[in-house]
Amino acid sequence: MSATSVQTATPRWLGLWPAAMLTLFFLVPFGIMLAVSVAHRDVSGFYEWSFEWDSYARFLSAFFGKVMAVSISVSLTAAAICVALAFPFTVFLSNMGHRAQTRILVVLLSALALSEVIIGFSLSTLLSQTAGIGNLFHWLGLIDEPRAYTPSLFALITGLCYIGFPFAVLVLYPPVSRLDPEIVEAARVMGASGPRAFFGVIVPNLRGAIVGAFILVFVFTLGSYLLPQLLGRSEHWTLSVHITDQAVYQSNLPFGAAMSVFLMLVALALVGLASLAGRERGAA
Amino acid sequence: MTELRIDSLSKDFGTFRALDSVSLDIPNGKFVCLLGPSGCGKTTLLRLIAGLETPTDGRIYVGGADQTEVPTHKRGMGMVFQSLALFPHLDVADNIAYPLAIRGVDKATRRARAEELLELVQLPGLGSRRIHQLSGGQRQRVAIARGLSIDPQVFLLDEPLSALDASLREHMQIELRQIQQRLGVTTVVVTHDQKEALTMADLVIVMKDGVIQQAGAPMELYHTPANAFVAGFIGTTNLMPCTVADGVVSVLGHAFPITEGDRIAISSGEAQLSVRPEHVLLGAPDEGLPAEISFLRDLGESLHVLMRVGDQEITAHLPPGHGHDLATGQTVGIRFRDGEKVVVQ
Repeated sequence: MSATSVQTATPRWLGLWPAAMLTLFFLVPFGIMLAVSVAHRDVSGFYEWSFEWDSYARFLSAFFGKVMAVSISVSLTAAAICVALAFPFTVFLSNMGHRAQTRILVVLLSALALSEVIIGFSLSTLLSQTAGIGNLFHWLGLIDEPRAYTPSLFALITGLCYIGFPFAVLVLYPPVSRLDPEIVEAARVMGASGPRAFFGVIVPNLRGAIVGAFILVFVFTLGSYLLPQLLGRSEHWTLSVHITDQAVYQSNLPFGAAMSVFLMLVALALVGLASLAGRERGAA
Repeated sequence: MTELRIDSLSKDFGTFRALDSVSLDIPNGKFVCLLGPSGCGKTTLLRLIAGLETPTDGRIYVGGADQTEVPTHKRGMGMVFQSLALFPHLDVADNIAYPLAIRGVDKATRRARAEELLELVQLPGLGSRRIHQLSGGQRQRVAIARGLSIDPQVFLLDEPLSALDASLREHMQIELRQIQQRLGVTTVVVTHDQKEALTMADLVIVMKDGVIQQAGAPMELYHTPANAFVAGFIGTTNLMPCTVADGVVSVLGHAFPITEGDRIAISSGEAQLSVRPEHVLLGAPDEGLPAEISFLRDLGESLHVLMRVGDQEITAHLPPGHGHDLATGQTVGIRFRDGEKVVVQ
């Protein structure tokens, strides 16, 4: 009854609008990218339309393997750290008063308003030798000489986590705050210590949300382009940086396009795998 | 021996005093109902016993041992929550055996114990079901089985049957009582339903505003309420302002002589008279307190006669076969059965 009335209230052709937009702004560019990825590279300038696998063949090189491994492991690490921090934080947050919860969520949301550029430059200043925490540690006598902590893998992961953390909290917050507090109390009465109730009852009941937050941060940081250049060394450059490097600076558009296609497939595969794992465990 | 002793227990939430110096002695193996309207402190008392709240003042002894400072998870209690709080990520048997798993009992023993408890709550063979596959009544039974799986020192239940419909609730009350009698476990149930308390309890504790109004056997509370609140809360009754003097109780300008068996709390002065509807007798207008019939409610099993004397409403319940000659608007004379007048403060 209600389903049919909803259908009559919303005409079907309304669905054409988003479909058209998706086609125009997603499918068409993706098609162009696919076509370019199999085009022939013209060293002197741009590319010529053709059909060859040369660009994809370069994936087999050791260099490319290393870039891929760095990209994925940097994103996985950032996602893992974000979720590991955001989950207990969100559980703690949901136990606070309503006023405090709202305030903290607003602060988190305003952190999202900062652009990657501002975050990147702020962190590189904070971690620098001349004006950063290295000076502070030296002043406190913790280290002998002021030193820089950037560029480094540590700086890069810190930056990515700074960006990913609010997203992780926002994904986790609704299910965490909806969790029946009596479930935790029940576990406590039945003999579970605090940590045991946390890992044995809270975590398994929110597995879906945890996987969701992990996937979101992972995909989000996988496409990160600016921070690896600002905070990382060249060996920490992610695939996105290399794509830009190939497309813009090396004038190798076909290879850049092929890498983009590959990045997308890898992201899709990992998202699929993770959600499959989440569902299986959740239902078992 | 797991008798439960509460010694002048108090609990403040900010400036609000939820529980005010409550003392109780619950003998081993008794079924106790904490009864009262919402906000009376009954759930707070239960949570204090479970260790889910920390008392502001007072002590809790279980089996003679002071448990006031013992953390929740070391108290060895069984508890059924109002929301049931079953674990959706575990199957029925794992839910029931969760307290055993925490205590490191091996899997085979856990499964056997879960099956034993499922038989006790009349759900044999459902151990491998998921919680969302169960009906409300079945979930209720699983929650009870889980609360009993470690042979708890004290079995605590917080409004356990409130989510069930009326007929299933009555059925579960009887079943819960039978299970408790078979196991002999000291049990404390929080309820706001006086019928539930009368059905199940050895001992009913009526609470209001964080203070115990009266504690006693159900029929003791029914027949000899300590005050007007208890009289009104346990069963249905007619409460009327009255004056006691010289062997008579005067109600609404009519004097009723005090007879043997009447429970009169004061020798003289103003108080409240409580008479159960089944003890209100009707006769000719000149035979008692004249009242006008405002409504007749025939339920087959009894006839409820609603009457008015000025602003005071008085209800009589007549057994089947009586009162067929009554009509709305008619004036009758009210009398009270000898020995059934209760005067309370």
